[in-house]
Amino acid sequence: MSGILEFVTHPLNAVTFFPLVGVVAILLLAREKETLIRWVALGTSLITFVISLGVLGLFNPQDPGLQLVYDRPWFTVAGWTIRYVMGVDGLSILLLLLTTLLTPIAILSTWTAIQERVKEFMIFFLLLEIGMVGVFLALDLFLFYIFWEFTLVPMYFLIGMWGGPRRMYAAIKFFLYTMAGSILMLLAIVWLGLHYGTFSVPDILAQGPVMGPVQYWLFLAFAAAFAIKVPMWPLHSWLPDAHVEAPTAGSVILAGVLLKMGTYGFLRFNMSLFPDAAKYYAPWVALLAVIGIVYGAIVSFPQRDVKKLVAYSSVSHLGFVMLGLFAFTPQGIEGAILQMINHGISTGALFLIVGMIYERRHTRDLDAFGGLWKVMPVYAVLSLITALSSMGLPGLNGFVGEFNILLGALGSRVLGSYWFAGFAALGVILAAVYMLTMYQKVFLGPLDKEENKCLQDLNWREVVTLLPLIVLMFWIGLYPKPFFALMHPAVEHLLQAVLK
Amino acid sequence: MFLETVAHEGATFFHLAPLAVFVPLLGVLLNAFFGRRWGERGVAIVAVGASGFAFVIAVLQALSLMAHPEGAVVPIAEWITIGDLRVAWAQKIDTLSVTMMLVVSGVGTLIHIYAVSYMHYDVRYKGDPGRYARFFVYFNLFIAMMMILVTGDSYLTLFVGWEGVGLCSFLLIGFWYEMDILGRPSTANARAAMKAFVVNRVGDAGFLLAMFLTFWFFGSLQFDEVFPRVHEVAAEHPWVLLAISLLLLLGVTGKSAQIPLFVWLPDAMAGPTPVSALIHAATMVTAGVYLITRSHEIYAAAPMAQEIAAMVGGLTALVAASMAVSQYDIKKVLAYSTISQLGFMVAAVGMGAFVAGMFHLVTHAFFKALLFLGSGSVIIALERAHHPLPEEGGHGHEHDEHGHHAEHHDEHEPFNPQDMRVMGGLLKRIPVTAWTYIIAALALAGIPPLAGFWSKDEILLEAKHLQPVVYALLSAAAFLTAFYITRQVLMVFFGKPRSEAAAHAVESPRLMTGVLVTLAVLSAVGGFMNAPGVHAFGHWLEHTLGHVPVLEFDPVVAGVSTLIGLVAIFLAWRVYRATFAWTEWSQDPLRRYLRGLYDVLAHAWYWDELYQVVFVRGYRALAGFLAFAVDWTFWHDWFHDVLIAGGYRRLSRFLSQPVDLGIIDGIANGLGNSVRGLALVMRRLQSGYVRNYALAVMLGVVSMLVYVAWALR
Repeated sequence: MSGILEFVTHPLNAVTFFPLVGVVAILLLAREKETLIRWVALGTSLITFVISLGVLGLFNPQDPGLQLVYDRPWFTVAGWTIRYVMGVDGLSILLLLLTTLLTPIAILSTWTAIQERVKEFMIFFLLLEIGMVGVFLALDLFLFYIFWEFTLVPMYFLIGMWGGPRRMYAAIKFFLYTMAGSILMLLAIVWLGLHYGTFSVPDILAQGPVMGPVQYWLFLAFAAAFAIKVPMWPLHSWLPDAHVEAPTAGSVILAGVLLKMGTYGFLRFNMSLFPDAAKYYAPWVALLAVIGIVYGAIVSFPQRDVKKLVAYSSVSHLGFVMLGLFAFTPQGIEGAILQMINHGISTGALFLIVGMIYERRHTRDLDAFGGLWKVMPVYAVLSLITALSSMGLPGLNGFVGEFNILLGALGSRVLGSYWFAGFAALGVILAAVYMLTMYQKVFLGPLDKEENKCLQDLNWREVVTLLPLIVLMFWIGLYPKPFFALMHPAVEHLLQAVLK
Repeated sequence: MFLETVAHEGATFFHLAPLAVFVPLLGVLLNAFFGRRWGERGVAIVAVGASGFAFVIAVLQALSLMAHPEGAVVPIAEWITIGDLRVAWAQKIDTLSVTMMLVVSGVGTLIHIYAVSYMHYDVRYKGDPGRYARFFVYFNLFIAMMMILVTGDSYLTLFVGWEGVGLCSFLLIGFWYEMDILGRPSTANARAAMKAFVVNRVGDAGFLLAMFLTFWFFGSLQFDEVFPRVHEVAAEHPWVLLAISLLLLLGVTGKSAQIPLFVWLPDAMAGPTPVSALIHAATMVTAGVYLITRSHEIYAAAPMAQEIAAMVGGLTALVAASMAVSQYDIKKVLAYSTISQLGFMVAAVGMGAFVAGMFHLVTHAFFKALLFLGSGSVIIALERAHHPLPEEGGHGHEHDEHGHHAEHHDEHEPFNPQDMRVMGGLLKRIPVTAWTYIIAALALAGIPPLAGFWSKDEILLEAKHLQPVVYALLSAAAFLTAFYITRQVLMVFFGKPRSEAAAHAVESPRLMTGVLVTLAVLSAVGGFMNAPGVHAFGHWLEHTLGHVPVLEFDPVVAGVSTLIGLVAIFLAWRVYRATFAWTEWSQDPLRRYLRGLYDVLAHAWYWDELYQVVFVRGYRALAGFLAFAVDWTFWHDWFHDVLIAGGYRRLSRFLSQPVDLGIIDGIANGLGNSVRGLALVMRRLQSGYVRNYALAVMLGVVSMLVYVAWALR
């Protein structure tokens, strides 16, 4: 009993598993009490967010290493001792906060949108939060893998049960695609475990990173899982399906957090475990990233389904993140970490925005709108800020990330060419093209469709859903110092280890 | 006197400089949240007050600079600090930035005042009086962004303002986003706004790359740290300075509408006329000129870039002037004229004549703002004659909530108050507008002793010495300038009225004409600040630009340019004299001389059409091909669905059936309630839809988790 108490009072375990409390509570509630279930889910996720703020309070930004580490032997199977290792550092703290912030926001967005099987929906959603937080905190490869796979299950159901017409197709594709990459990662994890005698990442690194030719294979095996998740071009084919079919809240979490699991995986594992391979493959990764940036931006432009448009824009934005990571410069990596957060904020907000209009009009076809500013001015202004944030207008968050990524990539010794940044800068132009096209088709022009003439502007709940994200857009855009301060030492530490 | 004390005894107000940004921002917030409640008067007081306050701050900076010409850097907050990259929110106060501050807030405030009255009419004629406050929200935001641009102490903070004013431009071009310039329902204005933003983004990408190179070779983006190292870097990597200056030039061609990116500016006339005056003539579009002047050390170290910049400016000046010759829209003429005049400035600062370029920037701000505001006064005068507002004794029923454009649906061509063909004879009807307009026109034509003469003369003088080819281009452009502006003045103000509206045009309210008169005075005498023998402006800028050699006044150059102007005016009068008797416009007299060329010019050399085909349609085709053929039909449908999924389906049908069912049954029997519920859900899914191949794998994970949880205890 005291063991359990000791377990749950550790802040990282508390923040990971607290949603379980909500799950149990909702299980005990009758399914007819939908409003109460919603409040329980929202309350649970809000408390989880508060706990994560507590973690932030305990976090020492000056310390480059892992903090609040919880490391216990877990169980023994066939003579193997699996350890349970959790910890947080400058690479993961912001992603933890992003996850715990986006979850209540996403839940709030379902208030009226989800009317069927509310109970199951909220259970899956809270389970999903456990998996996501676990992914960012787990430091044992075995534990990481379990959390990693675990996130698939609730997401599978969120898409498969509350999704659009082709939801089963999308859910299965999402599942299979991710599984395919994960299997290779699992093999690599097993190899590491056999070789080092442990799955614990700190223990492995204490023995020194993987050397020799095998690291190139291991890098690729991990990369397979992560590149699909990001998704890097050309492995992005599951993303538009998943986004188009997923319910709004699912899209918010999918774009906001799940994709970051891929980029985070590269940052956490590929770089520190296989530094030589990472440097060796950097130009190739950067090449795919730049292709993704440009390709994603071009392909977004002619889409008529707003969700598909935003989905492809994610391919472009995540390309920026990958380019920044593999530039191996402080600006590139810090810009990339910030851009992960930015993308979560901006694209999360974009999906919320799409959801709001979908709830009113039950269509996402760009040609069904036009001139909405006239009837929904608050919605139009908040959407404009979000669109500008997404396309990297200075003063808002996206710019700070993109600028540092491109700057870091241009001067990167590891990449060794100006052309990566040169071509990636095309993405800056093309982002304006697809974002403004979308904005114009929805909000500007004459209000000429009968169905749009009596649309209601946002209600208070909807404004409150968007407001935290809008505030963050300005905060990060104007004064990103506190965010960078959290990652400086960790990034420096990582770069020293990789570049030495 | 207080101000004199400041100027002589050296009290400094540099620390107040941030207020030039924050007070207009406060105006933005106040009017955004309370504007609708306050009504037009309240909105106007807040907006004009905020802009006027910024002007006061700018004046205080100027006074402080008189005592401390070395200026100051005013830090506000940290911004981005990563590794060697350190960029702060800070303002650089020196004679160059304060010159821009004075122009922006001074001319800006005058245009704010004018707009108080102009927009009163505009929102009513366009049928949405509730939009009045929004206009001033954008307008104040523009002032704030422009202040960030001109006072930023690094390339990056400058860039914030640079894109910020671009946003304001976007918002204001698309102010009437649901219509075209004639008020018909259309996406035209919205598309014009987007065109401006996207074309500018092309330039901005160049600006960004220039900044990246600057950082990696200079180790900083701050002006004070970059410029002292120019010689060092130039010696080590000469190509870097060329690359940086050319990439910056790309940015300049976007913002300052030069070849090849000028195409957005004529379309930008979709914005209300005060917008055209403030943003698309007097201030924002001159940001490129400011950027080159600010980077004068870099350009001076890259002679090849200087030649290219001067050539771009010279060609733009000539080409755009030729396009202005055959326009009928009163604002389009001025738009091409602005592009052409910006060409003069870019040519000047490009070839190294920074003082001359900045001088022309200032005088141009006076007379071009006046021309635009004058054209706005003409437009409103015609609107009011055509359709008096109810408050002026018009017919109330015409101005229902849809605005007057609604009633024109069945007419072939709605009345276009911007078409010079329906004007004529306005000199007598609206004399204040007319005479101030004529003063500005003569200033533009370079007739002494008006402001434009002195600044243009200085550019031509420098060009003659530095780049004779550009001198020739600019002289030709000067000829066309005097010609097209005379044509416009004759068409608008002389001859007989060619429409009912023109015959009954009414002079604008005093608030508007007062601003016109003020600007007319500035356009008349503003040139003396740097006239030969005075050179006060040059000495003022020397504190920032270093010693500037002053070229001796050359009577030949001045005489030739004056002669060119007078000949052009005379020729225009000869050609258009015939139209004075017309009561209805027929074929343009110039067409008789130019024939086919006239139409080419009227279509702006088909430049837009070319871009439309190559870039717009080309990009649409490429994007459509990539999105639908490559990404969807091939990659999504065929590769994934047919090849992978189809293959897998066949394989798994063969393998999975027994395995699958076995696992489900095992789990459902063995586990607790919740998991059974889960399994039941899955079964329901499975029975309702196609075979679920993921199921086996997923249940594997679930069971593994359950096993792990069980093992943990």
